[in-house]
Amino acid sequence: MSLLALQRRMAAALMRPLVAGDRIDPEAPAEYIKPNDRLTSLERLEIYSRSYWYRLFDSLYEDFPGLRAVLGQRAFQRLASAYLTDRPSGSWTMRNLGSRLEEWLRQHPAFAGDRLALALDMIRLEWAHIEAFDEKDEKALGPEDLLELGPGLRVGLQPYIRLIELSYPVDDLRVKVNRASEQHGTASNAVLKRKAGSLVRRIHGMNPEHIFLAVHRLDFTVYYRRLDGDEFGLLAALGKGLPVGRAMEAALEDSPVPVEELRSRVETWFAAWAEMAWLCARPAK
Amino acid sequence: MPANRFNGFTEYGIGVGLRIPHYQHILEKKPVVSWFEIISENYMVDGGRPLAILDQILEQYRVVQHGVSMYFGSAEPLNRDHLRRLKALVKRTKTPWVTDHLCWGSVDGRYTHDLLPMPYTFEAAELTARKVREARSYLEVPIAVENVSSYAEFHESEMTEWEFLNEVVERADCGILLDVNNIYVSSRNHGFDPYDYLNSIPPERVAQIHIAGHSKFQKYILDTHDHPVIDPVWRLYDHAIRRVGPTATLLEWDDRIPSFDEVHAEARKAEKYVATPTKHNDALLPVAP
Repeated sequence: MSLLALQRRMAAALMRPLVAGDRIDPEAPAEYIKPNDRLTSLERLEIYSRSYWYRLFDSLYEDFPGLRAVLGQRAFQRLASAYLTDRPSGSWTMRNLGSRLEEWLRQHPAFAGDRLALALDMIRLEWAHIEAFDEKDEKALGPEDLLELGPGLRVGLQPYIRLIELSYPVDDLRVKVNRASEQHGTASNAVLKRKAGSLVRRIHGMNPEHIFLAVHRLDFTVYYRRLDGDEFGLLAALGKGLPVGRAMEAALEDSPVPVEELRSRVETWFAAWAEMAWLCARPAK
Repeated sequence: MPANRFNGFTEYGIGVGLRIPHYQHILEKKPVVSWFEIISENYMVDGGRPLAILDQILEQYRVVQHGVSMYFGSAEPLNRDHLRRLKALVKRTKTPWVTDHLCWGSVDGRYTHDLLPMPYTFEAAELTARKVREARSYLEVPIAVENVSSYAEFHESEMTEWEFLNEVVERADCGILLDVNNIYVSSRNHGFDPYDYLNSIPPERVAQIHIAGHSKFQKYILDTHDHPVIDPVWRLYDHAIRRVGPTATLLEWDDRIPSFDEVHAEARKAEKYVATPTKHNDALLPVAP
């Protein structure tokens, strides 16, 4: 058997789900793995198979705690197993393990039950969180750089900023999930149960809400900042590379806010963006 | 023989693995540590906290890069994105040498994120050596390959693990990161004498040594890096040092990580073996069951 053939066989076997009925063919590993006096070929392969699945599950658990809260532990486990079976890691880093989860869930909505919209929102938020954590940052434009601000100027958004539209307030939920997780090591079981119950009730009673959100980082910590719809539109237009004047036209043309009021808001926005180091020079192409 | 062309002619002594739970302690207390080993992939990102922390560490400490995703033994070509990012990190850290594992972990672009054992064949040795040479040529830094712990052996194998290791490093003309804990774990899982393994290693190629703890199960031993180093592994380390000479040594502790001081103290136990390697008769050394 060639090296490639052996690696294909072993990888296919250890990537089979751990669930009953879909396990590794018990006879097949004996064709390429030697047994020893304590373990059969299958048992030796299963050491690697368990390790594979636990490692990947751990990674998804860590990256998507909010989705776990939305779906519940069992449904999340089913989703994780099905997703990883359909979309094995295609990257050398496990950081990218969840990069195709939103696209996959849209194709397999049954795994989210009646919470599909909520789950998709949470996935978008949690993937944006991962990207905001370690994406590149460019030298920020400060208030002094914006003195020259005119309609022809092009500014860029920091590469780590993600702008997302949500239909549920999952940003609040994710913050609460984080807090609950931080308390996990210190609180009593009774307190933890009460908090878990409170989270479940919150998810159950969550009402739709149209939210414009920037996921960004400050001093290496990721934050969520809700934005005005016009502010979101302007940032998105700047992020696409439009000059300031055209970005304002595109984003604010249909705004119901009176022009004078809008002008004042735009000034406030730019000042805040500069203070949070969100703006950078547009990289030359 | 501590400094050789496979570790950039350095004499680094005893190091500690840089791990997230210790960041704050290290940056605040600035403990005296000869060098830190980093997992390269943890810092092969474009920005944010990982690189900011690394830059602070680099201001005060020497760093050596240890990788987990090169997969020299995978039948597919090296991943160019991985290599490009690794090279950028090499420039940042100025690591005198780079290590990764003698294993495979991906096939047809699918990644297992594990260190899977090789079939010990001449075909695999040639392919692996070629990929090591390609990586070294691109990275422009010496490379050493690490022997992995394993739980399976293949019918296809044409030689022992140590013969395979020697075959690869000779063909690639690269160094060895000798993991004595991995030798111990594999010797117990496969029933060979770990001293046969150690005695076959070409001392002049050993760039670095790893020591670690492991977990014992009923039917096999798992390389978990979550315990102190056990005495039989210290004895193997002693033997390795006597053959190789004082060599840059790193304690790995990756799970259930205790305080930095505890990890550092465990690593520093290696100093006594480096300072005064035990004189004893090889014939009396314990043999694996």
